[in-house]
Amino acid sequence: MDAFIYDTLRTVRGKGSAAKGALSVLTPEYIGRYLLQEFHKKNQFDPNQIEELILGCVSQTLDQGSDIAKTIAMTSGYGTHISGYTVNRFCGSGLEAINQAAAYLKSGYKTKAVIAGGIESMSRVPMGADFGAYFFDPAVSIPHNVVPQGISADLIASKYGYSRAELDSLAVESNKRAYHAQENGFFKSRIALKDFNGYTVLDTDENIRQDTTLESLSKLNSSFEKLAQMAGYDEVALDKYPEVEKLEFLHHPGNSSAIVDGAAIMLLGTQEMSNALGMKPRAKIVSTAVVSTEPTIMLTGPAPASRLALARAGMSVSDIDLFEVNEAFASVVLRFMEDLGVPHQKTNVNGGAIAMGHPLGATGCMILGTLLDELERRNLSTGLATLCIGGGMGIATIIERV
Amino acid sequence: MLTYKISPISQETIDLLLHSEIKEGICIITIDMKEEPTNLFNLNLVRAYHSIIHKYAQDPSIKGYIIRSAKKEFIAGADLREMFALGQGDDAQDVLQFGYQLHMMLRDIEKVTKPKVCIINGTCLGGGYEFTLSTNYRISLNSPKIKIGLPEIQLGLFPAGGGASKLPYIIGIQNAVSFVLQAKQVIPELALKEGIIDALAADEAEAMLKASTFIQENSEVLAPWDNKKHRIPGGGLFPGGAQIIAGANGNFSKMTKGNIPAGTYYLSCVFQGLQLPMDRAVELESRYLVKAFGTKQAKHMIRTLFLNLQNAKKGKNKPQGHSPVKFNKVGVLGAGMMGAGIAYAAAISGIQVVLKDTTKENAEKGKSYSHTILSKRLGKGMTEEKMKGILGLIHPTESYQDLKDCDIIIEAVFEDPKLKYQIIQEAEAVIGENTLFSSNTSTLPITHLSKASKRPQQFIGLHFFSPVDKMQLVEIIVGQETSEKSVANAIDFVTQIGKIPIVVNDSRGFYTSRVFGISPNEGALLLQEGVHPAAIDRIARKRGLMVGPLQVTDEVSLELVEKVAQTTPKEHWPEEQKRHIEVISQLTSKGRLGKKVKKGFYDYTEEGKRIWPELLELFPPKDHGMTEKTIGDRIMHRMALETYRCLDEKVLRTKEDGDIGSIFGFGFAPHTGGTLSYIDFVGLAQFVKECDELAKQFGPRFEVPDSLRKLKSIY
Repeated sequence: MDAFIYDTLRTVRGKGSAAKGALSVLTPEYIGRYLLQEFHKKNQFDPNQIEELILGCVSQTLDQGSDIAKTIAMTSGYGTHISGYTVNRFCGSGLEAINQAAAYLKSGYKTKAVIAGGIESMSRVPMGADFGAYFFDPAVSIPHNVVPQGISADLIASKYGYSRAELDSLAVESNKRAYHAQENGFFKSRIALKDFNGYTVLDTDENIRQDTTLESLSKLNSSFEKLAQMAGYDEVALDKYPEVEKLEFLHHPGNSSAIVDGAAIMLLGTQEMSNALGMKPRAKIVSTAVVSTEPTIMLTGPAPASRLALARAGMSVSDIDLFEVNEAFASVVLRFMEDLGVPHQKTNVNGGAIAMGHPLGATGCMILGTLLDELERRNLSTGLATLCIGGGMGIATIIERV
Repeated sequence: MLTYKISPISQETIDLLLHSEIKEGICIITIDMKEEPTNLFNLNLVRAYHSIIHKYAQDPSIKGYIIRSAKKEFIAGADLREMFALGQGDDAQDVLQFGYQLHMMLRDIEKVTKPKVCIINGTCLGGGYEFTLSTNYRISLNSPKIKIGLPEIQLGLFPAGGGASKLPYIIGIQNAVSFVLQAKQVIPELALKEGIIDALAADEAEAMLKASTFIQENSEVLAPWDNKKHRIPGGGLFPGGAQIIAGANGNFSKMTKGNIPAGTYYLSCVFQGLQLPMDRAVELESRYLVKAFGTKQAKHMIRTLFLNLQNAKKGKNKPQGHSPVKFNKVGVLGAGMMGAGIAYAAAISGIQVVLKDTTKENAEKGKSYSHTILSKRLGKGMTEEKMKGILGLIHPTESYQDLKDCDIIIEAVFEDPKLKYQIIQEAEAVIGENTLFSSNTSTLPITHLSKASKRPQQFIGLHFFSPVDKMQLVEIIVGQETSEKSVANAIDFVTQIGKIPIVVNDSRGFYTSRVFGISPNEGALLLQEGVHPAAIDRIARKRGLMVGPLQVTDEVSLELVEKVAQTTPKEHWPEEQKRHIEVISQLTSKGRLGKKVKKGFYDYTEEGKRIWPELLELFPPKDHGMTEKTIGDRIMHRMALETYRCLDEKVLRTKEDGDIGSIFGFGFAPHTGGTLSYIDFVGLAQFVKECDELAKQFGPRFEVPDSLRKLKSIY
């Protein structure tokens, strides 16, 4: 039995600032509920054919605490029969949710369709709001040289010698591609968000900048230098990488993923469920993989995860038509392309999180959806989506259109 | 959950520790430990304190308590001997019970709501300060001689007598964490600013008055951590406090490279403890106390940096049978950087200084160095008046005649034997028969220099370290002819100026320079073998060296390394020295002489130091196949081995001096207890095994002396 993607939908992404982000007035529960309702309007399936809602969400506290997936399942109007659970694999959560759904279906342990995806309202529940042991508990973070992700991103750039200009060029291109895709209607699985009166709150990805240039980026100050000075994180990182003389602070708001709010979902089922759902599958989940890597450099997981997923599928890099690697930081993308040997022409062809933002728990589902839409638009067959993950992990999923 | 029982204490035992009297409705408890030279924080003291507090807890005629000391110190610190005795039982549960019982007695005292005031009349450190946290108001006499603080981290421990859990409630999380992690000890004025005490008093009478006023004005007091209305200054653990802890995690890791686990335990106590009621927080503290006490860092740091260091500072390594000598006047020859620094060190200790140079102008220049340093201290315990007094002690001169009634001469002219010979003779023509003559040198053999002296038995080496005002160590070098009396006198002098003496026998490089030189040497070899220069320095620092091998070479200057090597004929150089000089000369030939010209292994610019790019072409990093541990071992093991050879060859008189000299002389890893303790830190058998392996791979410089193989441990 194989698992198939029937359809996908994502919200627009709003700036993840309580003060300035359009979506901060909407709770994650509301955003999730709204997305599920719009998804149903679009596809008109029988909700009784859905048995589970799996949502990735990183900061599972405050508005996102108390199993936000079950909460949304309950309020969605689909019916009380839908169970729900929330999964946290940091930035890989959204893709992890999909992989788990696929695994359930492939194993036969779910006999009805599953909706999987992710949600994160970073404006309302800031990163670190759950005060987990990983970063805060001295007994964990001191012995394991734990540093914030941005420091790891700068470490990748310092270790592999990526210049600020290279990182910025990637950022300019991301914005250019995203803007082009948006203007040409390539984001066909994207919906606007309306409030409970039906008034539009946001109808476009709030963060894409048409006017980003190398010149405009060159004016931005590095994001993590101050943090390093205050808390010694550059030294903590270099202690793990003694051959790197100095941590170059090269990432800034313009070449790092933006902090945003958003949600995405995907309907998965087996081929056999097609009739009951009254829908046709769009793509098959070919293989999935998660790897764990060294935690201080943290963000180098996408290439090894992709290699593992390819090996499990008996495929090679050249068998993949398009790649989506989460643009958590520009250096992550450069390292992924260099490590795996893939060109930028095939990678993030419609831009990525540097332009549109990275709503932690939702991004995995968003990039897989974007990949599927683009494979269809270009009439290509195979795609691979991958993300770097906090704590030193990487996740990848390969899909094939059917 | 732990249980505890307060074991009863007899009146006889109480009488040995403290006494109490009732005056105007106040119970005055005077701590006076009869069997100790000073008051110490220990289980029995707390038992006695607990019993007195409880005796009057229900007595309506008693309004409150004042706790004071009859000794010079308030409570000097925790009784580490008591804890060591417990630790030796191989039963950590004993330490846990001990700690927990102590904590719960203090908690029991805190829960008595009658006001308790303590009067800090002298040193109040570590457990001594934690003791005061059981009171509600801390008054200190305002004397700059008093030190109040929590220095435990320096000994591989942490304030586990309540300090970790309680201090954040008093001064806030940020302040508490930085106070403890920086092992601060402050004078009362600053203690008040920090908020760790509540009031200052000019004298005991004023303190008593302030104490009784507090008691009159506060009939019922809760400890901040027991008071639900109390707010932690600067905010609680969530969200702000946790961010502070996260930052402290990073900074502490940066500072200590994970070499001091007690700091991690401390931060855990703060982070976890603030999420618990105090009774449980101190239980956790007791559990972490056991853990900290069991670390080898604590064991080795306490021995070297507490017990042995105190002994050294008191001059306990003095040859016996020589009555102590007090020095009133010192003659310093040469007013250069070292001479000026020595003059300063002597003057601030109240000793008159005759500072002689070839011209009065040069001598004056040397004196102005003291002025510069003292000016920087103004307002930090230094006053204009005191400064004037100190400067008045320094008499700059160009005349030998002024030396005639000096008790000791310290010659600090250039490291040129001929010049030194001449100076010795000229000075000896003037000075008294019994005057001790010392030479400040880091390289020239004392026995040779003493040949210029009429009284070689009164001739000794005093190796001061630069900068003298900051470096505490003085290496006393005993020449072949030097008498034991001169050694004893030299130790008296060094301790009188508040520095730490170690005694070594005359030999090439003495002790400190000889072992110090290992790190630059091994660093150069590693560079030649293709280890990235950044990795060499960082790995050494991770292992605890204050400065990495290449950076330290830049600091002493590559030129000097070359010059020192050239004092012996090339054909006598061991292989590693040949290779070292090969590396060095590749740099010096390109004008890269060291930090003084801003060009060495590193480029020094206003933005800081960066590795000289061409260095990576001269010595391209390659796949050398060595692990980080091997690289670190090559530097650290070799320094330890060389120290052991110094002991074996009787250059070092005691292992204690070897340890102290290594930490205070050349910045060896303090967490290991010093270069000799390091062998025990690694484990002697393991150390020998690893050295054998290194000798096989890298050459005879790692060969282990037979006498070391026969030992089970150094200490």
